[in-house]
Amino acid sequence: MKIFEGFFEKKFNINGETKKVLIKPNETLLRVIREKLGLSGTKIGCENGDCGACTILINGLPVKSCMILAIEIGDDEEILTIEGINDEKIKNAFIEEEGFQCGFCTSGFIVNTFALMKRNPKPDVELIREYLDSNLCRCTGYDGIEKAVKRLIDK
Amino acid sequence: LHARILTSPHAHAKIKSIDTSEAKKVDGVRAIITGKDYPILFGIYLGDKPPLAIDKVRYFGEPVAAVVADSEEIAESVVKLIKVEYEPLPVVGNPLDALKENAPLIHEEMEKYSHISSIHPEPGTNIANRTKIRKGNIEKGFEEAEVIIEDQFSFPPGDHVAMEPRAVICEILPDGIVILHSSTQAPFVVRNLLSKFFGIPHEKIRVISPKVGGGFGGKAGIQLEGLALILSKSVNGKRIKLVNKREEDLISSPGRIGFYGKVKIGAKKDGKIMAMDILYVFDSGAYADYAVNISRGAAVSCTGPYNVPNVRCDSLCVYTNHPFATAYRGFGHIELSFAIERALDILSKKLNIDSAQLRYINAIKKGDTTPTQQLMDDSTGDLKKCIERVKELIKWDEGQYIKVDENRVRAKGISCFWKPPMIPPNTDAGAIITFNENGSVNVSTGVVEIGSGTQTGIAQIVASKLKIDISKVNIVSEVITDRSPHDWTTAASRSLVMAGRAVIDACDDAINQIKDIASSILKCPKEDLDLKDGKVFVLGDENKFLELKDIVLGYVYPNGNSIGGPIIGRGKYISRFLTDIDKETGKGEPSLEYTIGAEAVEVEVDLRDGNYKVLKAVCVIDAGRVINRKIAKNQVIGGMEMAIGFTTTEGFVFDSRERVLNFSLRDFKIPRFSEHPEYFVDFIETPQYDGPFGARGIGEEGILGIPGALSNALSKAVGKEIKRLPITFERVFNIIKE
Repeated sequence: MKIFEGFFEKKFNINGETKKVLIKPNETLLRVIREKLGLSGTKIGCENGDCGACTILINGLPVKSCMILAIEIGDDEEILTIEGINDEKIKNAFIEEEGFQCGFCTSGFIVNTFALMKRNPKPDVELIREYLDSNLCRCTGYDGIEKAVKRLIDK
Repeated sequence: LHARILTSPHAHAKIKSIDTSEAKKVDGVRAIITGKDYPILFGIYLGDKPPLAIDKVRYFGEPVAAVVADSEEIAESVVKLIKVEYEPLPVVGNPLDALKENAPLIHEEMEKYSHISSIHPEPGTNIANRTKIRKGNIEKGFEEAEVIIEDQFSFPPGDHVAMEPRAVICEILPDGIVILHSSTQAPFVVRNLLSKFFGIPHEKIRVISPKVGGGFGGKAGIQLEGLALILSKSVNGKRIKLVNKREEDLISSPGRIGFYGKVKIGAKKDGKIMAMDILYVFDSGAYADYAVNISRGAAVSCTGPYNVPNVRCDSLCVYTNHPFATAYRGFGHIELSFAIERALDILSKKLNIDSAQLRYINAIKKGDTTPTQQLMDDSTGDLKKCIERVKELIKWDEGQYIKVDENRVRAKGISCFWKPPMIPPNTDAGAIITFNENGSVNVSTGVVEIGSGTQTGIAQIVASKLKIDISKVNIVSEVITDRSPHDWTTAASRSLVMAGRAVIDACDDAINQIKDIASSILKCPKEDLDLKDGKVFVLGDENKFLELKDIVLGYVYPNGNSIGGPIIGRGKYISRFLTDIDKETGKGEPSLEYTIGAEAVEVEVDLRDGNYKVLKAVCVIDAGRVINRKIAKNQVIGGMEMAIGFTTTEGFVFDSRERVLNFSLRDFKIPRFSEHPEYFVDFIETPQYDGPFGARGIGEEGILGIPGALSNALSKAVGKEIKRLPITFERVFNIIKE
């Protein structure tokens, strides 16, 4: 529904809640999540699809939210951001194994790990690689992140 | 309001005109500024850089104009309407070319720049700093040598790639108070430099540094803050926000330095090194920033951790038309390590001595002197033990060149490293602890949490000093310059060491006050009191005690009478015994302590196509005392992986006009998850007498030896000496085919 020139009213199903916001057709989902829906846990690292700091889930699948326009999202599609992931096991695994240092990439890695464990709680090396190679971390050398995932698999 | 910058499409060009008339017409534009509007020159050591280019641009990506608008979208679209007319100038990219007599001058008016006394710019050239080291008798050293090697090593500039791009929010209140939220590692440096260059009193500038998403040196010094202040001024102090796009963060803001090194080593046949003659030329890019001190740092430690009786080193910081360099994890030492460690492997081959053994023979130890003739004291780390442990972990003695099958080989390389914190002689740290009603503690320092876990280390120190549970320690994470105690900068791997000392001092101060009050209530000398489990008790009779919570905000007697008051623990630390170094010989005491260690890697190379994988990476550091093993280990691992990227893929690629071609993370490759090797990290503990609980800095160290170790391993694998980084698969392929 058109409200006024250039803006559209859009409904989002995000973290289990329905929210209505005014958006423009050129706005990325990342910017809408952060700036219009006020969920700043999804990070802006490159806005070029390279770093994965902005990873969210759409219908359970990880997506780089900088690479998708907000207007493309269907009313019934389920968006899940880091704020909507209440998986204590994953969060604790990242804390216990020090899967982060500065913390900037962490939202994206946790979202990816959540999706990975949903898809297969006993993922093999190839599947782990497929999910985690899409994100960049500059602090940890990926060792803590790998150990966090292994800890989850072992449980 | 939001700001965006317009950047230069040229690496070196005169600005003939800037036309902002079209841009100004757009609704929502609040201000457009260019360099001439605020002709001011900044610099942490050398005042050479305008916030926006004036008259000419000196590198590809240099900010030329800035727009403040109601939204980021408007600002971004308006930037494109600013018309700049350029006249290209001759460019220089290779720092060796910049040293030639007829090279284009990057800074024509260098003699007018203000600078600190410990750097030595040479006006009329492109040399921003030259540091000299003269130790022993270099001629005699080479006369006595039986084997001499000389070689050259280099790598291009690159970037830190902290995952969070730099960002700043600035406003100026009506009473003139400047409030800056900045992703900075150096809130007090920012405040001091803004005060110096803008003439604003210190107390009127409040710099707020929250948790910073990765620093690695790239958020030290002054970054976007000066520009942000100007932008806020241009809209009458309104709050403006300036956030780097990744592309700007890579090239417009400073990155890491480029390097060229020429190393000549003379040794006896038994491997004993007699002399080193060294030239280091650092590619500072267009501005000096921290680079002048990086070149100085490399001179101070120029030989690596070896006992070399005769040393000559010239270390130059040279301007080019590349993006400029700032501090980077390792600060001159990753650079010198690469050159020295590669040279040592070449020497070991010529001497026919095992490369680990050659390092072992020459390892620096207590009683030796550094290139600046500083004595290695009782706190000197045990490099020989580090080498031995590294050899065990990498299984050195099982062979360093192993054929896996007809196409693939495995090779091992080793490297040693050392690093002191490169700090001013008066580097300080403060700490304040206060208490809450339940006896818990608030700890305030000037240490910014950049991901190094220092604040956790500090919490542990407080918990162990006050003998309370760590859950009772609240670290005030945000650093605010008008309420946090002064602290030089969160850099140089010195935060846990120095702030740690200040925190110990603050705890002792608080304990003393607690015991003072408790002694009058418990009616015994305060020497008879001790702390445990949130209580102060009488030694020998633990039934006589007081809860800390009943003392720390003042003790109340049953009848309501009260004594004491809120306890505030004050702590301070300042570096000791440090001096500047002599301009001609480098003699002096610039190093607080040296963290020493060794690293090794094992690679598997496919000789058909040059593809390789780093299988194992090993690091052993003499850490003095490890405060938190897990954090320490993970800091080291993070450094190792960063160095693997540094060695294998990272570095700017330039075209013939010195424009950067790979200024996005699509093309500027940093390591990904599946590329990481298996890490082995261990520590030796030779206590640092003046460190907190004997600890030394270890935040940077993991990065230092990997470029040497990995390039040594790859050289072994392909049977040729690799002298330039990054060593991409394609380069390995080409080297094999040569």
